[in-house]
Amino acid sequence: MQAAYIARRFGVFLLIVWLAASLNFFLPRLSGQDPVRTKLLQQAALGGYVQGGIDEMTKEYERRFGLDKPLWRQYLSYLDGVAHLDFNYSIANYPRRVSELIADALPWTLALLGTTTLLSFAIGSFLGALLAWPGAPRWMRWLMPPLWALHAIPFFLLGLILTYLLAFQIPLLPIFGGYSAGAFPALSWRFATDVLQHALLPALSIILVATGGWALGMRGMMVTTMGEDYVTFAEAKGLKAPTVFLRYCLRNAILPQVTALALALGQILSGAVLVEVIFGYPGIGTLLFQAIRENDHFVIQGVVFTVIVALGFTTFVLDVIYPWLDPRISYRRA
Amino acid sequence: MMRGVVRYLRRNPSLALGTVLLAALALFVVIGGMLVDIEDARPLSAPTLRAPSWEYPFGTDRQGRDLLAVMIAGTPLTLRIGFIAGFLGVGIGTVLAFIAAYYRGLLDTVIRGIADIGLTVPGLLVLIIIAVSLKGTLTVNQMAIVVASLAWLYPTRTIRAQVLSLRERGYVEVARLSGMSGPAIIFFELMPNLLPYLAATLVNAVSAAILASIGLEVLGLGPIDAPTLGMTLYWVNFNAAMINGWWWWWLAPTVIIVMVFLGLFFLTVGLDEIANPRLRRTA
Repeated sequence: MQAAYIARRFGVFLLIVWLAASLNFFLPRLSGQDPVRTKLLQQAALGGYVQGGIDEMTKEYERRFGLDKPLWRQYLSYLDGVAHLDFNYSIANYPRRVSELIADALPWTLALLGTTTLLSFAIGSFLGALLAWPGAPRWMRWLMPPLWALHAIPFFLLGLILTYLLAFQIPLLPIFGGYSAGAFPALSWRFATDVLQHALLPALSIILVATGGWALGMRGMMVTTMGEDYVTFAEAKGLKAPTVFLRYCLRNAILPQVTALALALGQILSGAVLVEVIFGYPGIGTLLFQAIRENDHFVIQGVVFTVIVALGFTTFVLDVIYPWLDPRISYRRA
Repeated sequence: MMRGVVRYLRRNPSLALGTVLLAALALFVVIGGMLVDIEDARPLSAPTLRAPSWEYPFGTDRQGRDLLAVMIAGTPLTLRIGFIAGFLGVGIGTVLAFIAAYYRGLLDTVIRGIADIGLTVPGLLVLIIIAVSLKGTLTVNQMAIVVASLAWLYPTRTIRAQVLSLRERGYVEVARLSGMSGPAIIFFELMPNLLPYLAATLVNAVSAAILASIGLEVLGLGPIDAPTLGMTLYWVNFNAAMINGWWWWWLAPTVIIVMVFLGLFFLTVGLDEIANPRLRRTA
C-alpha cells in the first residue's frame, strides 16, 4: 500500500546515505594515506620550520582526531558525526567548519540548478512535443539540428564559448564570480540584479544544452504516443486539436520524461559542478574545486556526501509523487 | 561492396556524419603526427603565448607548448581513456547484465539494485573521491581505470532490459527445449542478436567516459604531465586565459572536444537505427 511504498523508497534513500558515508570513510583509508602526517610535512616544507618532532605531532593530532582508536570505533563516531551533518574542520580555512562552508555555498548551487533544471525541462518538453506535432509551424523543423548539436556538448564547454562571445567580445555580461567584486551581499535591489547578471551566463550554458536533451526525448515519446489508438479515437470524435495535443498526447508522453529527470539529476549536477568552476560561481562546485587544489580532504568529503544525500532525497521525492502524476501506476509493487 | 556501404550510409545519415567527424579527427592525428614533432607538446619547446601564425598554426600557450603538437598528442590520449573505460564498462556490464537477466533470482535483484542506486548518484563526485584517495597523480591508464569503475552501471541496466525482452522470444524457448545449456544460449542465441545494440551502448559508454575524464581533468585531478584535451582546458582555466584574451588556447581543444562528442553522438544514433529498426518511424 501507499505507506509501504513510501517506506520502501525511504529505505533506499537511507541506503544511499549510508553507502555515501561509508565510501567517504573507507576509500581514503584503503589507499593507506596518512592525512595528518602528509599535511604536517607539507606545512613544514612550506613554512620551513623545524622538521623534528613530526612523529610526535602526528601522534598527538591522531589522538585529537580519534585516529588512534580501532577502525570500527572510528567508523561509528564518523557515522554519528555525519548523521549530525558534522564533517569536522576545514583544513585550509581552519577555524571554519566544513558544514559552514557548505551552508554558504549550497544556496547558490540550489538556486542556479533548480531554476535551470526546471526551465530546461519545461521548455524542452514542450518544444519536443511541438516538434513531433504535425500542426506545428514549419520553421520549427529548423530547430532540430541545432538542438541535436547542442545537447551533445558538455555544459561547461558551451559556457566557455558563450563567455567569449557575450562577455569578452561584446562585454554584455560579467565573466566571473557570483557578484561584483566590492559589492556587499545584502537584501537590496541592486545586489539582486547584480547576482542575476552574474548568474545569467552559467544558467544559459546549462539551459541551452539541457533543453536540447529534453526536447529530443520528448519528441521520441510524442511520436510513440501519437500512434496510440486512443489518440486516433480522440481525433475521430472531433475533439479540437489543442485538446488532443495537450490532454491526450502531451499528458501521456510527459510521464517517461519525469522518470528520465530523476535519472538525469546526477549527470546534470556533475555537469553543473564544472560550469561553476569555469565561471567561478560561488557554489558547491567552486568550493569543491578549491578544496581539491588545497588538498582539503574534509571539505571534499563533506561536499560529496551532502550532494549525494541531497540528490538521493530529490529522487525519493520524485519517486513518491510519481504515482500521483501517473494514475495508472499504483503505489503497489509493479 | 563499397557501393552498398555508400547506399546504406545515404539512408542512415547520422552514421555517415558520425563516421566522417571521427575519421577527420583520426586523419588530423595521423597526418599531424607525421608532420609535427610531438615533443613540442612539452612545456618550454616554443615561445610563450603566440597567437596562431604560419609557424604555430594553433598558437602556443603560456608554458611554451606548441598547441598544434598538444592537440596531436592529446586527442589520442583522451580517446584512449574513453576507449579503455568504455570497453571495460560495457564488458563488465554485459557479463553482469546476462547473469542478472538470464538467471534472475536473488543475483538479479542485487545487480539491478546496485545499478539503479549507482545511477542516481552523481558519478563525477564519486570519481573525485576515488581520484583524491589514490596516492599521487594519476597516469593516463590509471585515469581510464578510475573512470571505468562507474562506467559499467549504465550498460548493465540497459543491456539487462534488452536481454529480459529477448529471453522470452520463441527461438530462445526452442533452444532451451532442445537442451541447450545456459551459457550456450547466451553465446549463440542471445549475443549475436544483441551485437548492434552492444555496439551502440559501447559508443555511448566511450562518450560518457571521455566526459567524465575531462571533468576530472578540469578539476585538476588528471594526469598533470600528459597533454590530454582535458588537461589543456585545466591549464586554460588555471591561467585565466579567457579573461586575458588568449582565445587560441581554448579554441583548439574546444573544437576538437565538440567534434569528438558530436561524432560519437551521431554514431550512437546511427547504430541505434541498425539495432532497432522500429526507430525509423520516428525519424
